[in-house]
Amino acid sequence: MLYREAGDFKTTYTGDSQTFPIRLDRWGYYLILAVAALLVPLIINDYWLNAVMLPLLIYAIAALGLNILTGYCGQVSLGTGGFMAVGAYACYKLMTAFPDINIAIHIVISGFITAAVGMLFGLPSLRIKGFYLAVATLAAQFFLVWLFNRVPWFYNYSASGQISAPERTLMGFRITGPETQAWAVYLFCLVFVVASAWICRNLTRGSMGRKWMAIRDMDIAAEIIGVNPLRAKLSAFGISSFFVGISGALFFAVYLGAVEVGEVFGINKSFLVLFMVIIGGLGSILGSFLGAAFMVLMPVLLKNVLVGGLGWPTDLAAHLEFMIVGGLIVFFLIVEPHGLAQLWRITKEKLRLWPFPH
Amino acid sequence: MKDTADSHVTEDGRTIGGTLLDLRGITLRFGGVEAIKNISFDIRQGEIRAIIGPNGAGKSSMLNVISGFYNPQEGEVWFRGEKRPAMKPFQVARSGVARTFQNIALFDGMSVLDNIMTGRLNDMHAGLVAQMIWKGKAEREEVENRARVERIIDFLEIQHIRKTPVGRLPYGLKKRVELARALAAEPDLLLLDEPMAGMNVEEKEDMSRYILDVNDEMGTTIALIEHDMGVVMDISDRVVVMDYGRKIGDGTPDEVRNNPQVIDAYLGVAHD
Repeated sequence: MLYREAGDFKTTYTGDSQTFPIRLDRWGYYLILAVAALLVPLIINDYWLNAVMLPLLIYAIAALGLNILTGYCGQVSLGTGGFMAVGAYACYKLMTAFPDINIAIHIVISGFITAAVGMLFGLPSLRIKGFYLAVATLAAQFFLVWLFNRVPWFYNYSASGQISAPERTLMGFRITGPETQAWAVYLFCLVFVVASAWICRNLTRGSMGRKWMAIRDMDIAAEIIGVNPLRAKLSAFGISSFFVGISGALFFAVYLGAVEVGEVFGINKSFLVLFMVIIGGLGSILGSFLGAAFMVLMPVLLKNVLVGGLGWPTDLAAHLEFMIVGGLIVFFLIVEPHGLAQLWRITKEKLRLWPFPH
Repeated sequence: MKDTADSHVTEDGRTIGGTLLDLRGITLRFGGVEAIKNISFDIRQGEIRAIIGPNGAGKSSMLNVISGFYNPQEGEVWFRGEKRPAMKPFQVARSGVARTFQNIALFDGMSVLDNIMTGRLNDMHAGLVAQMIWKGKAEREEVENRARVERIIDFLEIQHIRKTPVGRLPYGLKKRVELARALAAEPDLLLLDEPMAGMNVEEKEDMSRYILDVNDEMGTTIALIEHDMGVVMDISDRVVVMDYGRKIGDGTPDEVRNNPQVIDAYLGVAHD
């Protein structure tokens, strides 16, 4: 009754193809954006930044990237962790080699480097599909982690084999290194997230996105209408890896500060991002955010309830947390195999008619 | 090859031009099996050309040769007066050939509108950056092509399902959406692989009308495979008959109907 589209007529094709065709959705989006950009920076503290907001924002970028490849173009990838590592190490090498250049530029360039690497490892997708491609990307995952572990040039011959982010500022505010300002770091990441989501949405609603989805839904039919499968698949690998690389660079430089590649960007990371995409909803921008939110917030929430609320011992809570999160994943997948985004879509359909059943 | 001078006007007032596609001595083998044996025929500008024959005669293989799925071992394909080199299907599509499939090949995860818009992909050239920021050429192109697609949607009377995901549509409508997608490419040559398979009489009548309208109003040359003889004889200008990979008849519906070899292939031969 409250949520409706009656009277919201579209008189132009531009109006009809916009991102939020329903007026209430549009207002909701602007409201969320305003809260995220104006209100949150005022109240954010270090705990909220490091436990909730940073992982949420950074994983959202990684999920957006993987969603382009897996959700829109239908190419399964288990190499997300490896590609995040490429972004992180590219950013580290750039930061140490060109200390005078703005950190934001370094992060974007890291994205481009990762895109190139992603396209290289995307080449097998021209020949193999489905599970076999997943195994091929798994090889990329292990190879990249091995490479960053074994070749000292990548970690500047440091004794520990780790990379750690030097201090960098942006417009006078500390973004990386110790003693950062929480709100500045938050806003820095928020800009990347909003830009990524906007670009992903634009790409997926236009001809590029249609090419990807055509390849995903039926590659033979896609070819018969004139889609070049080589270019479509490689562009998906490239653009997907670009965002994954940016999230890897942010993960290293802004969030963790110091990284040991096998621990941080191992196969677990690949699966974590893949779960986000599947639970959130394949082929949905909103789904990437919902999935990232689910996987990041659920453990934090459970910990606070079990340890903080019920006063259980930390180790018991930690184990239970695994079980409950796992159970919830199974539960949501059974309830809605198409992810949280589909759940939201159905809710919207229901809300349009509410409170009348027909 | 025949030149464009020998064009003529049909009884119902359509102009049939010169040769658009010429198949010369096509032989296609799968290992030891010869699916198509030395077949030659042409398709002329503006005509409706039917390919008929019993199951396994090689009709679909013939269509697949034209649309570039198979490259024949022998023979030449001449398109618009030029010999066509071995091409990939997407290259054939870009050269102005569109097709539909026997068992529908739509993109189930996309809406009807998006499916038909994929037919316009070959005419959308906006750069990556323009697409990323959805400004300039990207947005302009989208609107232009949307307008063209909307005309086809009107033409095929599928306005009401524009935003419906294709997976939810009934069979007859899916066939129509697939035709719309092929039409959206504005092809010179439209290949229809059993456009009426599995339809009831009413749906067949609708589909026949659309095929005739497409040919008449848009001037599209159509090659179609169909099993319903009534439909084929009614709508096509010329018919090729295939059996066991060979061409056993070629001509107007009347000629073909009275061809003894064709009658044998369809009705069987009395062995006495």
